[in-house]
Amino acid sequence: MAESENIVVETAEKIFADLADAQTINSDKTGSWKAPLWQALSEAGLPLAWVPDDLGGSGASLAEGFGVLNAAGRFAIAVPLAETMLAGWLLAQAKIASPDGEMTVIPGSPKDRITLNADGSLSGRARGVPFAKAAKHVAVLAHGNNGGISIALVDAAKGRIEAGLNVGYDNSDTVTLDKVEPITIKPAPKGFDQATLMLMGGVVRSLQIAGALEAMLDISVRYSNERVAFEKKISKFQAVQHNLARLAGESAAALAAATSAADAIANATSFDDAVYLEAASAKIRCAEAAEKGGAIAHQVHGAIGFTIEHILHRYSLRALAWRDDFGSESHWAVELGKRVAARGADELWPLVASR
Amino acid sequence: MTAALRFDPIRLPPECERLRKEVRAFLAEEIAAGTFDPNKPNRDDTDAPEFSRRVGAKGWLGMTWPKKYGGQERSFLERYVVTEEMRVANAPTRRFFVADRQSGPVLLKYAPEHVKMDILPRICRGELCFAIGMSEPNSGSDLFAAKTRATKTDGGYLINGSKIWTSSAHIADYMIAIFRTSPPTKENRRHGLTQFLVKMKQPGIQVNPIGQITGQYEFNEVVFTDYFVPDDHVLGEIDGAWKQATSELAYERSGPERFLETYYVLTELVRAVGDKPDTRSAEGIGRLVAQLHTMRRMSVSVAGMLQAGKEPVVEASIVKDIGTVWEQQLPHRVRDLAAFVEETASNRETLEKQLEFAIRTAPKLTIQGGTTEVLRGIIARGLGLR
Repeated sequence: MAESENIVVETAEKIFADLADAQTINSDKTGSWKAPLWQALSEAGLPLAWVPDDLGGSGASLAEGFGVLNAAGRFAIAVPLAETMLAGWLLAQAKIASPDGEMTVIPGSPKDRITLNADGSLSGRARGVPFAKAAKHVAVLAHGNNGGISIALVDAAKGRIEAGLNVGYDNSDTVTLDKVEPITIKPAPKGFDQATLMLMGGVVRSLQIAGALEAMLDISVRYSNERVAFEKKISKFQAVQHNLARLAGESAAALAAATSAADAIANATSFDDAVYLEAASAKIRCAEAAEKGGAIAHQVHGAIGFTIEHILHRYSLRALAWRDDFGSESHWAVELGKRVAARGADELWPLVASR
Repeated sequence: MTAALRFDPIRLPPECERLRKEVRAFLAEEIAAGTFDPNKPNRDDTDAPEFSRRVGAKGWLGMTWPKKYGGQERSFLERYVVTEEMRVANAPTRRFFVADRQSGPVLLKYAPEHVKMDILPRICRGELCFAIGMSEPNSGSDLFAAKTRATKTDGGYLINGSKIWTSSAHIADYMIAIFRTSPPTKENRRHGLTQFLVKMKQPGIQVNPIGQITGQYEFNEVVFTDYFVPDDHVLGEIDGAWKQATSELAYERSGPERFLETYYVLTELVRAVGDKPDTRSAEGIGRLVAQLHTMRRMSVSVAGMLQAGKEPVVEASIVKDIGTVWEQQLPHRVRDLAAFVEETASNRETLEKQLEFAIRTAPKLTIQGGTTEVLRGIIARGLGLR
């Protein structure tokens, strides 16, 4: 990690620690923590970290932004920071300036498709869109009828938003655009398509999952060193130790997969087969880790971890929910498997070894 | 945070890719010359002394060691590339692998200069095979229960007792073993064991082969009867072997050999399903490739940390835990996914033969070189649980 990367990430971590303490948020029934957190993040330039200065952002590097999102996962941040960063990044691909305030991205799933109509308006439905309800603007990736891809900035109020919740109780909404006039629309750069957006979104979610697993490992280890049963700390039972060792393994795998993919994207000139392998693998492996690791964290905590009062669910359920965004692990496994098969058996090892 | 596990996204430097090309070209030549068949991991004789010498001649053994001992002073990352290419090709590395990975580094650290000058260059030339004498009939994972005695005598020690499950002892020229020089103390049950360099193929040593469930005879019982080891073959501190064991484990535990042992069945599965697999096969392959890629990235990361002079003992144990469980499950997952492969697939017979061998091999993978249970104990200690 470069020195400057540390500073951006440390700034984010300090804001998270001051204004997004899991226990405080968990006890707050009114949501009064959200506005000060968002304000502090905005003042630090973090939501538009991936937007260059001349497009209204703070011009941080991809690596710095990825570091911030990994930290956001460690704090299970439940404001649309990741979504706004991703939206700003998407808009910047087409040199569209980002407005202030919360944004999200559509589509949020490889299955949905937004169409650019002949009259320049946008139509289509996107399901499972994170934080659409909270967003003031939406960054849209749209398909023209000539096969071209466009990127657009849309006023969120112009779309119909049906609110929903994901497994982690964060907004995951359905956004319907019915001949909506975009504020700005420009062609996407050559080679940029919906899969590119999904891979980038998938890596963002992978970093958040890896962060959440780190936090789950940390609080589970701490709890096992405090909780006494059968007259000793439960951390002294070999069965518990081995479970926690497995959780450490899942956390480590998620961290390695996610940071490797982030590094690959940060240093890539195009989304080639190697980046595809990295990004798809990260989403697949992190999703698997969310399931296996989260289950262990809960097992260690017993009944207390199943209560709404305890903070564990803030990490465990979000990590599970994040699996669904920008293509599930099943989706990416099929796509990656098809690519591997198309390359042929003897090209598999060279691909793996190229990373 | 309690546990600051680090897996930085380390990339192999450009010199590694040049080396990789050389290794692939060399292996292709060896395959073409009939030295080994990459599709046959279950060949009867995995000992290939001539091949070992040719690998040595390439400068790929002891390649990280000082030049004065025959090494090349190249990086651990370069060694990593050689190791993974050999493993993926199913090259017959048995004769040199242990010496290169483990025994040589122990000698470098603990052997007297004249012993190093004598032995290390021969390892580099591919002339020597090493075995590791750790387990005994009543001490396996519990290393410090070892009872085989080294009794002080004039100019050296007399060894009595036996080692067991000793891979390659039947072909080895040397063994690095731990023997009991003192009883354990009340305060420290690990006290009293000493590491020795043992010359094999001598009177006083009897090697009895033990058949394995794969049908191979790769491990052995080694019985010592008043076997003499000279003083200059003591490696490190008398009674203090326990202090020496841990730092080497990171090298032993995190390499590509810890997840690639059954890799060949994945290659053949991809071949068998063809270029347009159904959804089930595609998903299964996609997940396996994602898991493989992740482990390799973890393993390369540990290699990079080792190169940087760190001792990532916990990270290395995690790599071995996840890696060996994966390579153990791999043949079973491939078997599942191959269940509906067309009878006419051109490599069907190869895949079936490979699966048969891989499924028989699988049980040992989470036992050899530190069981899953031992590894998880080490990880738990790293987490501050014990």
